[in-house]
Amino acid sequence: MSRFRRSTVWLVARTDLRQLKESPDFWVPMLILAALFFVAAPAGLLWIVTHVDNASIVARVSTTLDVLPASAKAAVHGRSPQAKAAYSLSVFLFAPLAVIVPMTISTAVGANIIVGEKERGTGEFLAHSPATERDIYLGKLVASLVPGYLTTIVGFLLYSLVVNLIAGPKLGGWFFPTGSWWLLMLWVVPPFLALTLSVVLRLSARVRSAAAAQQASGLVTLPLILLSYGQSSGAVFGSLRGALVLGAVSWLAAIVGLHRGARAVTRERLLGAESAA
Amino acid sequence: MPPDLVVVLDGVRRSFGRAVGLTDLSLSVPVGTVTVLLGPNGAGKTTAVRMITGALSPDAGTVRAFGLDPAVDGAAVRRRCGVVSAKPALYDRLTGRDNLRYSADLYGIGAAAPVDDAAARFGIDHALDLKVGGYSTGMKTRLALARAVLHDPDLLLLDEPTSGLDPESALAVLRLIDELAAGGKTVVMCTHLLLEAEGLADQVVILEAGRSLLSGPPDELVRRYWPHPTVVIDAEDRAGLAALADLPGVLECHRNGSAARIALDDLARVPDLIDALNGLGVRLTRVAPHEPSLEELYFAVRRESGAVIEERDAR
Repeated sequence: MSRFRRSTVWLVARTDLRQLKESPDFWVPMLILAALFFVAAPAGLLWIVTHVDNASIVARVSTTLDVLPASAKAAVHGRSPQAKAAYSLSVFLFAPLAVIVPMTISTAVGANIIVGEKERGTGEFLAHSPATERDIYLGKLVASLVPGYLTTIVGFLLYSLVVNLIAGPKLGGWFFPTGSWWLLMLWVVPPFLALTLSVVLRLSARVRSAAAAQQASGLVTLPLILLSYGQSSGAVFGSLRGALVLGAVSWLAAIVGLHRGARAVTRERLLGAESAA
Repeated sequence: MPPDLVVVLDGVRRSFGRAVGLTDLSLSVPVGTVTVLLGPNGAGKTTAVRMITGALSPDAGTVRAFGLDPAVDGAAVRRRCGVVSAKPALYDRLTGRDNLRYSADLYGIGAAAPVDDAAARFGIDHALDLKVGGYSTGMKTRLALARAVLHDPDLLLLDEPTSGLDPESALAVLRLIDELAAGGKTVVMCTHLLLEAEGLADQVVILEAGRSLLSGPPDELVRRYWPHPTVVIDAEDRAGLAALADLPGVLECHRNGSAARIALDDLARVPDLIDALNGLGVRLTRVAPHEPSLEELYFAVRRESGAVIEERDAR
């Protein structure tokens, strides 16, 4: 397999990112999705829980917290039912959103990123260029990963601000992010994202149209998203050690997946050479 | 590989599933020449270009460019090639300048790249800061040409560079290619438009079904196919031209209801022919030497190739 040069990888990624920036029809819906998941929905729910003086609503929300494992329940801060409900919602129930958003965005970007070159004919330019196949693969990986992860980090910061501003006064000050959330964001989410992209990029290299890539990616990544959802919930509900182990296993799986995925990007596929003559 | 050859393909075969791309292509491109690959769609022209840069690998046979095997030393070969593909292969959402910069960075010349000079050379400098999506087909082709020469390659591979252009833009592009060749670049150009090759090619290679039917300098190939001087003769009463076939020195005589085209053993026979026809009462309206065009050569070669295929099928 071909070697890679960091400068070329970044060059390919930067060019793809610049093209994304020039496509508001693509990124505006993604931003809306992230805003909905990270800001609007949590803010709305937390505001209701902390500001509505209707005991039955709070009680109803509190009953949903019965699903939490005992260790999580023991970690719930706050004395009043409102404070406990707000803490549980902020720390436990919204955690999996941190996984869904980057995966959705990065899958959408990654599905088009190689087949798009074929469709536009620019794959021919890359195939004739001195860039190695691995340069191109890694460049495409970075370009798919950055929008999803960046949105998630920014969303995470906004989410932290929202929950602290709304629920903080009931919990005696700023309480978020917790240790498990830091682990989730910095140790668990990135490998899950990379693993998903290793599959999506492989598909994008093999199919012949962007529509096919989107459909196939949706089908293939759905189980991965569900798995990530479950695992990330576990990372937050469980112990820090468990989250560390989960992250390590995910990294290992991601490295294997990426290594295998790199073989899918070939010059012939960039050319769409199946139909050439 | 002789040092005066930039590209050598020897017995190259390549299939795409059941479809045959190249069956047994051999080809040599001398340094500083313009080689035109002629052939109908699907003849293997694009595949041949892709073999040269190593974008495709052969199933069998040998490919060498600059003495290197593109399958092994692909990056070194590609760094010395400039390619304009049949589709301009530009990034529509980026500006012309961004497209040129991207290429300059990929080819490792970075900030030193003469982006503005290259654009000005191909008359696209005025639109360099506009998004390529808004360019006309002609502007895209000019930008693709500017991009292909930006890193000062030794070999230019142009795959139907005038495809989709209006006649005026096509002529301008051909003039630019001529200028590049005059500047010492080696050019390989694919086309199915015979008029494009006429006057531009130092060497033509006629391809069909993935193999080379014929190759060489156009004049030499024409002489090989029509070794005798040819003259076109017309008369007021064309029936009188029937006598031409029996006159001394006339080797062949073709009449398709219009003027007669005759092959002579020597051009010096023409005055005698005129006298002979005048003596028979034939009033001539035109006597002119005929230089067979590349188009005639192309169709003659393809007709002959068709005959061979029929014979093979019959067996």
